[in-house]
Amino acid sequence: MLKITLDNLPKLLASLSELGELQVPCENKGGKVDFEKWNVEKRPRFDITLTSKSAKDLFFPQVEDLLAFKTEGKNLSIEQIPPSNKQVILMGVRACDIRSFELLDKVFLKEPVDTYYKARRENTLIIGMACSEPEETCFCGSFGINPTAPCGDVTTWLVGEELYWQANSEAGKEFTEKVAELLEQAEASQVEAQQAATKAVLAQMPLANFKVAAKIPQDELKTFNSKIWEEISAGCLSCCTCTYVCPTCHCYDIRDYAVSDNHTERYRCWDSCMASDFTKMAHGNPRKTKVERFRQRYMHKLVYFPNNNEGNFACVGCGRCLQKCPVNLNIVKVAKALEVSEDV
Amino acid sequence: MQKIAELMQAKAIELLESGKAEKVLAWRAGEFFYDNAPAAFSNVDACKEIVYNEFCPANLAKYLIEATKQQKKTAVFLKPCDTYGVNQLLKDNRIKREYFYAVGTPCSGMLDEKKMKALGAKAILAVTCEGDKIIVETAYGTKEFAKEDVLLDKCIMCKGNKYKIADEELGEKLETPKFTGDKFAAVKAIEAMPEEERFAFWQAELSKCIRCNACRDICPACSCEQCIFDNQDAPVAGKAAADDVEEQLFHLIRAYHVAGRCVGCGECARVCPQGVKLGLLNLKFIKDINEFYGAYQAGADATTPSPLVSYKDNDPEAEEALQRRG
Repeated sequence: MLKITLDNLPKLLASLSELGELQVPCENKGGKVDFEKWNVEKRPRFDITLTSKSAKDLFFPQVEDLLAFKTEGKNLSIEQIPPSNKQVILMGVRACDIRSFELLDKVFLKEPVDTYYKARRENTLIIGMACSEPEETCFCGSFGINPTAPCGDVTTWLVGEELYWQANSEAGKEFTEKVAELLEQAEASQVEAQQAATKAVLAQMPLANFKVAAKIPQDELKTFNSKIWEEISAGCLSCCTCTYVCPTCHCYDIRDYAVSDNHTERYRCWDSCMASDFTKMAHGNPRKTKVERFRQRYMHKLVYFPNNNEGNFACVGCGRCLQKCPVNLNIVKVAKALEVSEDV
Repeated sequence: MQKIAELMQAKAIELLESGKAEKVLAWRAGEFFYDNAPAAFSNVDACKEIVYNEFCPANLAKYLIEATKQQKKTAVFLKPCDTYGVNQLLKDNRIKREYFYAVGTPCSGMLDEKKMKALGAKAILAVTCEGDKIIVETAYGTKEFAKEDVLLDKCIMCKGNKYKIADEELGEKLETPKFTGDKFAAVKAIEAMPEEERFAFWQAELSKCIRCNACRDICPACSCEQCIFDNQDAPVAGKAAADDVEEQLFHLIRAYHVAGRCVGCGECARVCPQGVKLGLLNLKFIKDINEFYGAYQAGADATTPSPLVSYKDNDPEAEEALQRRG
């Protein structure tokens, strides 16, 4: 294990930013902490457990141009927007968000492979950061995630005035060589003490023993037809907050934008099952009501996705939906309601 | 507040049993002490789940649209400020009086767990209110705050404890937060900015928007059957900020559309996951309307027409408005 004192952290950040575009949690202009491109003027906020938005934006941005159509007289030209080849270093990612990348891989890296996502994924080095002050809304443990030892190419721990550093992957080890002169050898005892303390805090959290897997009934059709959907969704506003802040929601829409009479751009943007036009097709909309769309979100996360992906739920327990839903509806409440409902 | 919750439970049961209401709109407890959610109760046994405390900020008024559509007589618990939204929905013909029964519910100001977190209370486990002292237990120790420091933004400029519509009132009225400052101070500060600075301010604010549409969906003045931004045939997506112009247009069009009907409930700013200062935009319109047409409070009753949909001989001409803009 290696380490660096926080006094020297700016030097490390400067070195990292020379190796690629360095993205770290920073306070943005609006006062929110989100992943932002670092520069010397920005102070990283590694003290914040969760960024306001998830880190999925780095691989799957909310809006992304795909093609441009241009006409000149009777000639039509189609220009493909090439996938990004920018080298990115994503630093300070928590264990839950790192797991979300693995879940998104199951969607975007399956045939047909999403070249835009793949390019960003391959060109990004991930430096995870262990959690030391989990929030009451955290429930990553429900999915077997260890927040005190996140994966990633490199794992870091912020302990007191020092940042501990451990390379995991080959890429991480090669990368560590490049900044080795700034790092010194260290014992793991401080890290281990922090891990034990964090686990003790986690054990007393309200969701410490919450296990999604124990809540989901086996009978898929009965779950689908449960009366809980109508009851719980009654309060839902049909806004897209939960889906947009969620690190695993990955639906998108493809649309055309007329820049001018002879220039159109095709782009994709995040879609949301909460939106009234979600999955609307030429024949109409298969999910016409709020109840059906609300049910789709949770059936997708808790039933369909695990059925198609070796039992993995499409949730990492980051708790952003618990923090951000304007009317406090979320996946924990849905899972618990499914468990106690008599009709599933 | 516990006493009020008990009164609400009893009232809900009484209304359901007497047939005065087929369902009751109230709040249900969540995982923590602060995540109460709006919920509909139609079963007497379930009414014991009704909760009420300093964390019930959501205005239940907008759910009455659904109740009117279903033609189901619905009882609704309304805090004093919530009643303004109900009047506005009545005025906009989006709800019908015969389909709801309004129960005025006392409030002494709602609290904001996000403010507590911003002030250093991570991993909140419990909150106790002792008058103006708020004691917060966290996984990392106990914190104490002054109520005014953790009051929900929308409650700082509380409109008082009077119900503007209610079939009955529950319990005694409570003392509400007193605001003695100028509620337009922040608007005036922006008006005083040079044009470029003002533009930069709004650009920074609006560029935070992720187009979740929560501000629209919670707003008692945003009640169109179908929002113009949900139009599939439009060249822009209503669910993504495809470019700068679009995200600014959304908020400007929304602000114009609710001008004169915005009751100033502050729910838009409360629900914004990105913390866009949406309330300021609406306050600017309220201020302008007050200055141009005389003091007006949308939702104070269900009948007075908004100055923007009525005509008076002495209404200012567009020229005058432009001049005043400077």
